[in-house]
Amino acid sequence: MTKSELIEALASRQNHLAFNDVELAVRNVLDQASQALAHGERIEIRGFGSFSLHFRPPRMGRNPKTGTPVALPGKHVPHFKPGKELRERVNGIPADKP
Amino acid sequence: MTALTKAEMAERLFTDVGLNKREAKEFVDAFFDVVREALERGEQVKLSGFGNFDLRKKNQRPGRNPKTGEEIPISARRVVTFRPGQKLKLKVESYAGSRQ
Repeated sequence: MTKSELIEALASRQNHLAFNDVELAVRNVLDQASQALAHGERIEIRGFGSFSLHFRPPRMGRNPKTGTPVALPGKHVPHFKPGKELRERVNGIPADKP
Repeated sequence: MTALTKAEMAERLFTDVGLNKREAKEFVDAFFDVVREALERGEQVKLSGFGNFDLRKKNQRPGRNPKTGEEIPISARRVVTFRPGQKLKLKVESYAGSRQ
Protein backbone atom coordinates (compact mmCIF):
# COMPACT_ATOMS: atom_id res chain seq x y z
CA MET A 1 0.00 0.00 0.00
CA THR A 2 1.36 3.39 -1.00
CA LYS A 3 0.54 6.82 0.38
CA SER A 4 -1.93 7.46 -2.46
CA GLU A 5 -3.62 4.11 -1.85
CA LEU A 6 -3.86 5.00 1.84
CA ILE A 7 -5.48 8.31 0.89
CA GLU A 8 -7.99 6.49 -1.36
CA ALA A 9 -8.81 3.93 1.32
CA LEU A 10 -9.38 6.69 3.89
CA ALA A 11 -11.44 8.77 1.46
CA SER A 12 -13.82 5.86 0.82
CA ARG A 13 -14.06 5.05 4.51
CA GLN A 14 -14.57 8.66 5.60
CA ASN A 15 -16.80 9.56 2.68
CA HIS A 16 -18.24 12.63 4.40
CA LEU A 17 -14.82 14.28 3.99
CA ALA A 18 -13.72 15.99 0.78
CA PHE A 19 -10.97 14.06 -1.02
CA ASN A 20 -8.73 17.10 -0.80
CA ASP A 21 -9.17 17.25 2.99
CA VAL A 22 -8.21 13.58 3.26
CA GLU A 23 -5.02 14.29 1.30
CA LEU A 24 -4.22 17.26 3.54
CA ALA A 25 -4.98 15.27 6.68
CA VAL A 26 -2.73 12.35 5.68
CA ARG A 27 0.11 14.74 4.93
CA ASN A 28 -0.55 16.58 8.21
CA VAL A 29 -0.41 13.38 10.29
CA LEU A 30 2.86 12.28 8.65
CA ASP A 31 4.35 15.78 9.08
CA GLN A 32 3.39 15.80 12.74
CA ALA A 33 5.05 12.42 13.19
CA SER A 34 8.26 13.52 11.41
CA GLN A 35 8.37 16.81 13.32
CA ALA A 36 7.92 15.09 16.66
CA LEU A 37 10.81 12.73 15.98
CA ALA A 38 12.97 15.56 14.62
CA HIS A 39 12.55 17.23 18.03
CA GLY A 40 13.35 14.06 19.90
CA GLU A 41 9.74 13.53 20.95
CA ARG A 42 8.32 10.00 21.14
CA ILE A 43 5.12 8.97 19.35
CA GLU A 44 2.74 6.60 21.13
CA ILE A 45 -0.21 5.12 19.26
CA ARG A 46 -2.11 2.62 21.39
CA GLY A 47 -2.59 -0.74 19.74
CA PHE A 48 -0.34 0.26 16.86
CA GLY A 49 3.05 0.97 18.32
CA SER A 50 5.53 3.62 19.37
CA PHE A 51 8.28 5.52 17.62
CA SER A 52 11.36 6.79 19.40
CA LEU A 53 14.95 7.70 18.63
CA HIS A 54 17.92 5.45 19.11
CA PHE A 55 21.41 6.90 19.41
CA ARG A 56 24.21 5.53 17.24
CA PRO A 57 27.56 6.42 18.84
CA PRO A 58 30.38 8.01 16.81
CA ARG A 59 32.51 5.50 14.92
CA MET A 60 35.37 5.27 12.47
CA GLY A 61 34.13 4.59 8.98
CA ARG A 62 35.96 4.23 5.69
CA ASN A 63 35.69 5.93 2.35
CA PRO A 64 34.64 2.90 0.31
CA LYS A 65 36.54 4.13 -2.77
CA THR A 66 39.90 4.98 -1.25
CA GLY A 67 39.81 2.99 1.99
CA THR A 68 40.81 6.09 3.98
CA PRO A 69 39.41 6.09 7.54
CA VAL A 70 36.85 8.85 8.27
CA ALA A 71 35.51 9.82 11.68
CA LEU A 72 31.70 9.59 11.66
CA PRO A 73 29.83 11.59 14.31
CA GLY A 74 27.13 10.05 16.52
CA LYS A 75 23.59 10.33 15.25
CA HIS A 76 20.00 9.50 16.11
CA VAL A 77 17.89 7.08 14.06
CA PRO A 78 14.12 6.56 14.17
CA HIS A 79 12.96 3.32 15.76
CA PHE A 80 9.51 1.68 15.68
CA LYS A 81 8.28 -0.82 18.22
CA PRO A 82 5.02 -2.51 17.18
CA GLY A 83 2.32 -2.57 19.85
CA LYS A 84 0.85 -5.78 21.22
CA GLU A 85 -2.32 -5.65 19.13
CA LEU A 86 -0.44 -5.02 15.88
CA ARG A 87 2.07 -7.78 16.68
CA GLU A 88 -0.68 -10.31 17.35
CA ARG A 89 -2.83 -9.37 14.39
CA VAL A 90 0.04 -9.44 11.93
CA ASN A 91 0.97 -12.82 13.23
CA GLY A 92 -2.58 -14.09 12.68
CA ILE A 93 -3.65 -14.19 16.30
CA PRO A 94 -6.98 -12.40 16.80
CA ALA A 95 -6.55 -9.48 19.21
CA ASP A 96 -8.65 -9.92 22.34
CA LYS A 97 -11.11 -7.11 22.63
CA PRO A 98 -11.59 -5.60 26.10
CA MET B 1 9.12 15.28 27.24
CA THR B 2 5.53 14.31 26.42
CA ALA B 3 4.82 11.94 23.56
CA LEU B 4 2.78 12.66 20.46
CA THR B 5 -0.50 10.74 20.72
CA LYS B 6 -3.65 10.27 18.65
CA ALA B 7 -5.42 12.93 20.71
CA GLU B 8 -2.74 15.51 19.88
CA MET B 9 -2.78 14.53 16.21
CA ALA B 10 -6.56 15.03 16.11
CA GLU B 11 -6.20 18.42 17.78
CA ARG B 12 -3.81 19.51 15.04
CA LEU B 13 -6.16 18.25 12.29
CA PHE B 14 -8.79 20.47 13.89
CA THR B 15 -6.56 23.57 13.98
CA ASP B 16 -4.48 23.03 10.80
CA VAL B 17 -6.82 21.24 8.39
CA GLY B 18 -10.17 22.42 9.73
CA LEU B 19 -11.80 19.04 10.35
CA ASN B 20 -14.27 19.26 13.21
CA LYS B 21 -13.26 17.55 16.43
CA ARG B 22 -15.29 14.40 15.82
CA GLU B 23 -14.07 14.08 12.22
CA ALA B 24 -10.49 14.63 13.36
CA LYS B 25 -10.67 11.94 16.00
CA GLU B 26 -12.31 9.48 13.60
CA PHE B 27 -9.76 10.28 10.93
CA VAL B 28 -6.77 9.52 13.16
CA ASP B 29 -8.35 6.24 14.28
CA ALA B 30 -9.09 5.31 10.66
CA PHE B 31 -5.55 6.22 9.59
CA PHE B 32 -3.92 3.69 11.89
CA ASP B 33 -6.69 1.12 11.30
CA VAL B 34 -6.14 1.22 7.53
CA VAL B 35 -2.36 0.84 7.91
CA ARG B 36 -2.79 -2.00 10.39
CA GLU B 37 -5.30 -3.81 8.21
CA ALA B 38 -2.95 -3.64 5.22
CA LEU B 39 -0.15 -5.17 7.32
CA GLU B 40 -2.57 -7.77 8.61
CA ARG B 41 -3.31 -8.79 5.01
CA GLY B 42 0.43 -9.19 4.51
CA GLU B 43 0.79 -5.98 2.50
CA GLN B 44 3.84 -3.73 2.87
CA VAL B 45 2.94 -0.06 3.56
CA LYS B 46 5.11 2.58 1.87
CA LEU B 47 4.69 6.15 3.04
CA SER B 48 7.09 8.17 0.93
CA GLY B 49 9.01 10.79 2.89
CA PHE B 50 8.29 8.96 6.13
CA GLY B 51 9.19 5.31 5.81
CA ASN B 52 8.09 1.77 4.98
CA PHE B 53 6.41 -0.77 7.18
CA ASP B 54 7.68 -4.14 6.01
CA LEU B 55 6.71 -7.67 7.01
CA ARG B 56 9.28 -10.30 7.79
CA LYS B 57 8.92 -14.00 8.31
CA LYS B 58 10.86 -15.40 11.23
CA ASN B 59 11.59 -19.10 11.40
CA GLN B 60 11.11 -21.13 14.54
CA ARG B 61 14.11 -20.81 16.86
CA PRO B 62 15.03 -22.24 20.25
CA GLY B 63 14.09 -20.15 23.24
CA ARG B 64 14.11 -20.48 27.00
CA ASN B 65 11.76 -19.59 29.80
CA PRO B 66 13.93 -17.01 31.61
CA LYS B 67 12.43 -17.94 34.99
CA THR B 68 12.69 -21.72 34.90
CA GLY B 69 15.46 -22.13 32.33
CA GLU B 70 13.25 -24.61 30.54
CA GLU B 71 13.81 -24.81 26.78
CA ILE B 72 10.78 -23.99 24.64
CA PRO B 73 10.83 -23.35 20.90
CA ILE B 74 9.78 -19.85 19.76
CA SER B 75 7.30 -20.55 16.97
CA ALA B 76 7.68 -19.24 13.42
CA ARG B 77 6.01 -15.84 13.11
CA ARG B 78 5.44 -12.81 10.97
CA VAL B 79 6.68 -9.48 12.32
CA VAL B 80 6.43 -5.81 11.31
CA THR B 81 9.58 -3.78 10.84
CA PHE B 82 9.85 -0.07 10.08
CA ARG B 83 12.46 1.29 7.68
CA PRO B 84 12.63 5.08 7.96
CA GLY B 85 12.84 6.94 4.66
CA GLN B 86 15.78 9.12 3.65
CA LYS B 87 13.90 12.35 4.44
CA LEU B 88 12.96 11.25 7.95
CA LYS B 89 16.47 9.93 8.63
CA LEU B 90 17.98 13.27 7.67
CA LYS B 91 15.54 15.21 9.84
CA VAL B 92 16.27 13.06 12.87
CA GLU B 93 20.02 12.57 12.44
CA SER B 94 20.96 16.01 13.68
CA TYR B 95 18.82 15.88 16.81
CA ALA B 96 21.32 16.76 19.51
CA GLY B 97 19.26 15.99 22.62
CA SER B 98 19.59 13.20 25.14
CA ARG B 99 21.32 10.02 24.05
CA GLN B 100 19.02 7.09 24.54
